[in-house]
Amino acid sequence: MTSSTISRIRQSQIAQLITSGKRLDGRGLMDYRPIQIETGIIEKAEGSARVRLGKTEVMVGIKIEIGEPFSDRPDEGVLTTNAEFVPLASPEFEAGPPGEDSVELARVVDRGIRESKAIDLEKLCIIPGKKVFIVFIDIYVLNHDGNLIDASALAALAALTNTKIFKYEVKDGEVEIKSGFEKLPLVNFPVAVTLADIGGRLVVDPWLDEEEVMNARLTISFDKDGKICAMQKGGSGTLSPQQIIEAVKIAKEKSEELRRLVVKEG
Amino acid sequence: MPVFFENREIVTPGDLLAEGEYEAGRNTYRDDSRVYACKLGLVEYKGRTVNVVALNTFYVPSVGDLVIGKIVEVNLHGWTVDINSPYLATLRPSEAFNKPFKPQRNELSSILDIGDIIQAKVIAFDRTRNPLLTIREPGLGKITHGQIVKVSPAKIPRIIGRKGSMISMLKRETRCGITVGQNGLIHVYGRNPEDERIAVLAIKKIELEAHTSGLTDRVTEMISKERGEE
Amino acid sequence: MTKEVRLVNKKGIRTDGRKPDELRPIKLEVGILSNADGSAYIEQGKNKILAAVYGPREVHPRHLALPDKALLRCRYHMAPFSVQERKSPAPSRREVELSKVIREALEPAIFLERFPRTSIDLFIEVLQADGGTRVAGITVASLALADAGLPMRDLVAACAAGKADGYIVLDLNDIEDKEGTADVPVAYMPSLNAVGLLQMDGQLTPEEFEQAFNLAIEGCKRIYELQKQALKAKYLAIKEAVEEAEEK
Repeated sequence: MTSSTISRIRQSQIAQLITSGKRLDGRGLMDYRPIQIETGIIEKAEGSARVRLGKTEVMVGIKIEIGEPFSDRPDEGVLTTNAEFVPLASPEFEAGPPGEDSVELARVVDRGIRESKAIDLEKLCIIPGKKVFIVFIDIYVLNHDGNLIDASALAALAALTNTKIFKYEVKDGEVEIKSGFEKLPLVNFPVAVTLADIGGRLVVDPWLDEEEVMNARLTISFDKDGKICAMQKGGSGTLSPQQIIEAVKIAKEKSEELRRLVVKEG
Repeated sequence: MPVFFENREIVTPGDLLAEGEYEAGRNTYRDDSRVYACKLGLVEYKGRTVNVVALNTFYVPSVGDLVIGKIVEVNLHGWTVDINSPYLATLRPSEAFNKPFKPQRNELSSILDIGDIIQAKVIAFDRTRNPLLTIREPGLGKITHGQIVKVSPAKIPRIIGRKGSMISMLKRETRCGITVGQNGLIHVYGRNPEDERIAVLAIKKIELEAHTSGLTDRVTEMISKERGEE
Repeated sequence: MTKEVRLVNKKGIRTDGRKPDELRPIKLEVGILSNADGSAYIEQGKNKILAAVYGPREVHPRHLALPDKALLRCRYHMAPFSVQERKSPAPSRREVELSKVIREALEPAIFLERFPRTSIDLFIEVLQADGGTRVAGITVASLALADAGLPMRDLVAACAAGKADGYIVLDLNDIEDKEGTADVPVAYMPSLNAVGLLQMDGQLTPEEFEQAFNLAIEGCKRIYELQKQALKAKYLAIKEAVEEAEEK
């Protein structure tokens, strides 16, 4: 929304390099920044992960609680995703109610997980119509250096893979927590790949400066079977239909690379 | 080098108007060798130039324009004037008085107060700062009687007419004084309210039918009909 | 998705009688609100949506003004009575996201750089929702922007396609939207061959996506023609009335 804050000279430098197939940070147009994934880092959370994508850093914590199901889905657990742009992550972030960027981030990550049916929500039903497990996915952006969507989606998936649910027993319509845990029924592994159009060329994994220069971005989420489960164009420019079809091909390939970082046998 | 419409045909934003060595005139834009419309309007091919006469637009100030505006704020530095434009205008005391302005002696709001209507001229504007106005010319200043009619600024050329033909006719037939602000506000003042009423009706008719032909005759006819029914 | 709903029958006909590649009936009107600088109304199926534009005008609060272009603000909002179960009038997260992507679909169409330090405020009110409100909202908002006399590179036409009962279908209605396999909303500027909005949810193979996407573009092109007619309609009607009177 705001006008670009990086200098014009840097903008044209980035754009010119990309036209000649290179990037300011030395990457190829189709290369991701180095990715580091750690899981199980917050003991008090039922699941957690930290993803470093270059200098971008995102933490995801998963909390599981017992609550009521939605009236139109009485026998399914509930999935809810939230994103916080923590003020320490960028000079641009401010404390306060979520802005449209963090709402969009949460909803795009949520869409990938929900539409790929990654979590078997029916298995999270405790007493139909009354008690179900609610899975809270909280995305915490710790350092913003671009492409928050891919980093967050990857962190969410990594956190879900190590999420555990407490064992329980139903006695006279009441839920009793027992000791011990079970694995969250995770049955699909959605991965988001974001491409940016800069000067008419597509690049994957734009970093912050590239995001300032890009015309538009396109995020494509793939499930484990190579099906598209979510898409989101962002930015105030446009893409051509040809670019979109090309982006789908690139993203499919990249999504498999990324998934292998989280799911070993996948 | 083809053109894709007939003269005076209605076009919409994005319509491809011409291809080749054409110049993008008013309300059009160029992309490579193609000229597109960027507003709803009537296309005009004049030699190598392609224009679109917009059917609806808002007023963007231009130096030298006569405008009619309303005082909306008074402070130490002057007045803020709503001139029916994306930008509020500023009238500085030095452009309102012939004598040097002394804040301790002259109360600005006693000269022009909030709600007052003025006729003014645009003396500076470059979009980085709000337009500046002056009222230090004969005929400019506060409007104290008559009526203000608001029309779409797109219709102002039509109300004035070719070489002022329409406006001369209006003044003659309605016996009213009429000052046309380029910003779509028109000051009408007659000897009696009935004359003013007819003048306003005529202006509204021109606004509505601006894009049709034979308009002068129809307006003349309408005015005499209104008079006959007095 | 627990209950099985038949969305397309054996003859390839949808619940509302349409063929897979058919649009719902669309009615467009321009310039219907006197206070707004530009306005328009759309009915698409049972969707009823109003759009209004104010501006370019002074930005409030002033510190939001941009030095090099106009600030486009967009609010997509659903009326509490627009859906079966009353919707709280407070903006939901869905509405926040849609306001953003709608704005991003329309921004590239407007010459914002011509009006620095001003704001253009766009309001989209969904009075009744019937599936595809974001795309119908873009279609109608684009007309309101043109009606406001803003210089535009092109009109933005928007349409969704998706998959229901194994068919790739155009312009999903409410039940297809809720029970179908996938939904691909697209906003498109035909003269520039440029896509300003693209989202997708559901499950599609890349091949199916390409089919659905191309069908949505085709739908946008048809809607674009309707938009042009709607913009011209008011002026053509006056012209015709005048010419008729002339002949008498």
